[in-house]
Amino acid sequence: MVLRLGIDVGGTNTDAVILRGREVLAGVKSATTEDVMSGISNALEAVLEKAGVAREAIDVTMIGTTHFTNAVVERKGLDQVAAIRLGLPATACLPPMVDWPEDLVEMVGGHRYLLRGGYEFDGREIAALDEDELIRIAGEITEKGIKAAAISSVFSPVNRDMEERARDILQEHCPGLPVVLSCEIGRLGLLERESAAIMNASLLSLSDRTVEAFGRALSEAGLTCPFYVTQNDGTLMAADMVRRFPVLTFASGPTNSMRGAAFLTGVKEAIVIDIGGTTTDVGSLHHGFPRQAATVVDVGGVRTNFRMPDVFSIGLGGGTMITGDADNLQIGPKSVGYRLPQEALVFGGKTLTTTDIAVRAGMAEVGDAAKVAEIDPALVEAAKAQIAEMLEMAVERSRVSPDPIPVIAVGGGSILAPDRIGDLEVLRPENFAVANAVGAAIAQISGEVDRIYALEGTTREECLANAEREASDAAVSAGAKPETLIVIEREDVPLAYLPGNATRIHLKVVGEMGENHA
Amino acid sequence: MGFTVSSADMEAIALGGAFLGTGGGGDPYIGKLMAQAALDAHGPVTVTDVAEVPDDAVCVPVCMMGAPTVMVEKLPNGEEAAAALTALEAYLGTKVDYLICIEAGGLNSTIPFAVAAATGLPLLNGDGMGRAFPELQMVSFTLHDIKASPMALADDKGNTSILNAISNQWTERLARAQTVEMGGAALVALYPMNGAQAKQGLLRGTLGLIRELGESIAAERQANRHPGDALIRRCGGMQLCTARVVDIERHTTGGFARGRAVLKGLDEDQGRSFTLDFQNEFLCLEDGEGQPMALTPDLICALDADGGLPVTTEKLHYGLGLRLIGLPADPQWRSAGGLDLVGPGYFGYSHAFAPLETLNPTNTNT
Repeated sequence: MVLRLGIDVGGTNTDAVILRGREVLAGVKSATTEDVMSGISNALEAVLEKAGVAREAIDVTMIGTTHFTNAVVERKGLDQVAAIRLGLPATACLPPMVDWPEDLVEMVGGHRYLLRGGYEFDGREIAALDEDELIRIAGEITEKGIKAAAISSVFSPVNRDMEERARDILQEHCPGLPVVLSCEIGRLGLLERESAAIMNASLLSLSDRTVEAFGRALSEAGLTCPFYVTQNDGTLMAADMVRRFPVLTFASGPTNSMRGAAFLTGVKEAIVIDIGGTTTDVGSLHHGFPRQAATVVDVGGVRTNFRMPDVFSIGLGGGTMITGDADNLQIGPKSVGYRLPQEALVFGGKTLTTTDIAVRAGMAEVGDAAKVAEIDPALVEAAKAQIAEMLEMAVERSRVSPDPIPVIAVGGGSILAPDRIGDLEVLRPENFAVANAVGAAIAQISGEVDRIYALEGTTREECLANAEREASDAAVSAGAKPETLIVIEREDVPLAYLPGNATRIHLKVVGEMGENHA
Repeated sequence: MGFTVSSADMEAIALGGAFLGTGGGGDPYIGKLMAQAALDAHGPVTVTDVAEVPDDAVCVPVCMMGAPTVMVEKLPNGEEAAAALTALEAYLGTKVDYLICIEAGGLNSTIPFAVAAATGLPLLNGDGMGRAFPELQMVSFTLHDIKASPMALADDKGNTSILNAISNQWTERLARAQTVEMGGAALVALYPMNGAQAKQGLLRGTLGLIRELGESIAAERQANRHPGDALIRRCGGMQLCTARVVDIERHTTGGFARGRAVLKGLDEDQGRSFTLDFQNEFLCLEDGEGQPMALTPDLICALDADGGLPVTTEKLHYGLGLRLIGLPADPQWRSAGGLDLVGPGYFGYSHAFAPLETLNPTNTNT
């Protein structure tokens, strides 16, 4: 039976779990450290000891991390990037990074280059690639010591040739320069795709260091197995892919906790509430995967078109402060947050929190119950009712059908969840507190296609079948077992006004990781 | 009364434009960025009340024509609109005095601000649709016998052309073919008219309206309220339903993104079902028994049931919660001539038009 180690490196906690097959052997929580590495080492040692397994026996390690999202949000550790767009004479009105916050543009150097090139929607060239200009830019990159380049061509999701040629020319003149192509990262929508490519390029040396640190933490702990990192849609990337595409880990945190919830309960259609210290994230599962957001998602103030789970947050967590009395109760939105072990009444502190209510109500056993014995029962009932109402409203917003699907409560604060929310049953799996590390441990491998097809001379069904074949091939070559592949997204959007019945097909398949990788 | 618009106002204008876009017209985001860049570079734009315009002034609408999906990928060069205007001026042998917004919904609600800022020309407070529609002849100007041509088209490469056609429908056909050759999108200047014609044909006040609607959406969201109620109050509209997409079917015929979404009621509409038909824009809403609840040209505006932001047809997906709001179309659209141009029959729906107030006598205008 395969032994998997799942690690979640969050902003506050580093969690680790060990799974044998589908069984969770042990899960631990420990503090994230400044150097990341020692936090992983601590969690690792603790979980190995608790599970009682030999480190040599671990077959594969999966890591989930918010490290790269945080780097962008906190503007830390980003490199300068040459942002090169192939599209002139089109696109000149909105240069690269036009909608970025000024401080982030400064962090990455504000090196914008527009040159002739790019494609029309039907694959014609807008203009031939301006190779002389590219060579001049290469000289400037060397001269200014710019660390990486991001190349974005108009309609590169339809034809990637020009981006590839531009990369070859750049690297010929700047040997060893890391170059990110927008077609490798994003979908149609030039600004969003280009921004993702630039952010990715700016994260490359951080991802080098981080992936290196992950590897070193594991090998110093005596783990020789391969390791993978989870991306925002709950699927895996090999270490080498993360090194090249760190942006694909954005938002993997909520995804992992939702996937973990699905795994721990065996339920594939559900609403997941992840109750932390300060907030509750609510999202819904479909086929065991988080439902994706409809609208464009901001990362650190930059508009992106990453696949991200449709999650929203309410200000309710285990550390949420309660003020007022039974008749006039105020829950949150302030929270004592990570200071819960000092501030809450049950831990000898002075602040009434939701955790104290849960203990007083007999819903949880943490800290010293005697310290909350004096709380007025009417206040407890009022608080319980209000918490239940807040959760019910949040759950109703995520609900997609009147069918009575269950609610899965995970996260350290899920002691607050009642046994039923509205007419829905609440499941509280064992190991609920480390659901995100479990989600990392069970992540799958995917393959994806997103392209415009001309239906003239063919059929929609044929195009979908082609897309599925291509996505499946991509998944298999990334390490998925062919017999486990299933389609999780299939969408075709006809393009208005375009001749030849053009349609945009977005298709994604996922599968279990193959044995050769485990 | 006129007003001025600066870069800071574009956020609200784009939001309000997306709302009146009734699901179509493309995402105004790109147009907003273009307008902001132009307003930052050249200073604010004056929006003039059409009553103040001399009868012999030359007024010309400018807009983007083509597939919104192309526009999010192949961004404009930025010089196209000026090139189209210059070409039209040269053909007409006269300078343009005022710019007009042709479509106060979607992408084209924001583009004219970019052109106005760059050219320094004032913009009239109003538009030709009061919403979004897919074809060039679907403007109130057609109802007043204002001709779409001569029309100028310009692309990113510097190509321009002038079209002269025998009817506004023919202008649409010929221009459509050219935009495809130009790479699926072009900037155009058309419907040249004088001030007297503009006074007759313009749907007045709509630019001020979308700014106000956008400000209202932002303010309500800021206050953690769904903006639906405030928008209904402001526009004299009505709540149609709150429902979730449970099925969506799309197909392309005649060059349009047609489709139908099946919705299941939420909240007070729990247990009901609805079907929402669209052809670029939302055009027909029926209840579970197939009875119409709202029909084009009345506006069917969709907001995300959770976040309260406007939703375009291309963003519709399984599971998305919508709050649908009906707004009465401008009286010009509800006239016999208006209905010929943009009524349910033109789009191939079998329902005869009836105003949404008649279709939903019990829905209160709250």
